[in-house]
Amino acid sequence: MAQVLIPTALRAFTEGNSSVDAAGKTVGEVIAAVAEQYPDLKLHLYEENGTIRRYVNIYIGDDNIRNLGGVDAPVVDTDTVMLVPAIAGGVR
Amino acid sequence: MSVIESIIPDERVEKLSNAEISRYSRHLLLPQIGLDGQEKLKAAKVLIVGTGGLGAPLALYLAAAGVGTLGVLDFDVVEESNLQRQIIHSTRDIDRPKVASAADRLKGLNPDIDIVMHNTMLTSANALDIIKDYDIVADGTDNYQTRYLVNDACVLLGKPNVYGSIFQFEGQASVFYAKEGPCYRCLYPSPPPPGLVPSCSEGGVLGVLPGIVGTIQANEVIKLIVGGGNSLIGRLLLFDSWEMKFRELKLDKDEECPICGKHPTIHELIDYEQFCGLKPDHEPEPVDTIEAKELKARLDAGDKIQIIDIREPHERAISPFEGSKPIPLGQLVRRIEEFDENEDAVFLCKIGQRSIFAIRALQEAGYKGRLLNLKDGVNAWARDVDNSLPQY
Ligand SMILES: [Zn+2]
Repeated sequence: MAQVLIPTALRAFTEGNSSVDAAGKTVGEVIAAVAEQYPDLKLHLYEENGTIRRYVNIYIGDDNIRNLGGVDAPVVDTDTVMLVPAIAGGVR
Repeated sequence: MSVIESIIPDERVEKLSNAEISRYSRHLLLPQIGLDGQEKLKAAKVLIVGTGGLGAPLALYLAAAGVGTLGVLDFDVVEESNLQRQIIHSTRDIDRPKVASAADRLKGLNPDIDIVMHNTMLTSANALDIIKDYDIVADGTDNYQTRYLVNDACVLLGKPNVYGSIFQFEGQASVFYAKEGPCYRCLYPSPPPPGLVPSCSEGGVLGVLPGIVGTIQANEVIKLIVGGGNSLIGRLLLFDSWEMKFRELKLDKDEECPICGKHPTIHELIDYEQFCGLKPDHEPEPVDTIEAKELKARLDAGDKIQIIDIREPHERAISPFEGSKPIPLGQLVRRIEEFDENEDAVFLCKIGQRSIFAIRALQEAGYKGRLLNLKDGVNAWARDVDNSLPQY
């Protein structure tokens, strides 16, 4: 199973877990498995049409999946998948 | 490696005075800075957007470093709850404009530099005019619309944008410089829908976190000015202060980027409120709301209402709401069976923002009963109904 790192902004939806193990051959499958495990995440990760929201970047290791074929990018068990959402705070 | 030559043209550089040589001797002793670098710092003009958590250390360190012209831009006044992290302001500055408070502090720290106060909100109407006079912009804003505005203005004007952002225990930093690498839009083509990501005023933030991230921004500003070193251009630095872990991700220029890509479609500043979905015509159906006083009256009249507190336990403890059922925001959809569709359900959080999202999440999940949002949250309840409770 690949390890998926959950950023602080999304941990409220994964029972506080900063890392979730999930199975899948592609990064799309891995993310879907995480969302299945934590259904409250779905609204945050997916647009209504089922694509990944554009304010969330997904990295495998230190490479953006955009450069690896998008959600079809292959994932092996030793991979670390990281969700990197936009955060806006500078704190007024 | 992303080594950048100094962005300050040689013809603007002037010699240092003997007093300046004494003041900056620890910089002059560094071969990477030396007299040349310090003279560049003196000639440099840096705009700091936002004098909050990130802007405070940024401005303080850049003033101390001898950046000759520092612009500080903010439209806010100092509030007591700012002082937990915005170390440029003091208790006696409460209610003063932030730029005035910051300018006083910076002048006290370094009387030799010029401080330019912009006591205004950065908008599409004034951004190009303000930014064009500066060499570098350091972005310490707190909302998506200003982040995209700063990015676009910098790309259009060809200026580097030294970026930092924070949330709770987590920070991001990078240098967006479209001439040399990616811009903010290359990383995030569009913002999250409004309300999806809580702000720091709802989510909280560790006070020292902006100190660390803002200082990293100051470090990157100085390298752009003196030239050399390895810039954060093309890299996104992620910092988790709770885990005490730094990570680094590669950022590539997006050839499809609408402003810095091969075929740009954005040639001027746009309406960023609209872009971020903050205009009424773009907002989804409004949710039904209930005022605190109205809720009190209905409860007093014996109405059957499910009151759902969507705050996490640590936050409920700050100002508990008697008679409510706690179901944290992150568990609502999973626990949808616990609701009774025949009874009105009122959702509450701190200020009535996250509770809107809670209602939408349940609607999306197919809930059919009536859902009401407690307007302005438990802070309104404390203000209008039960004065014994704290507002936070
Ligand atoms: Zn771009």
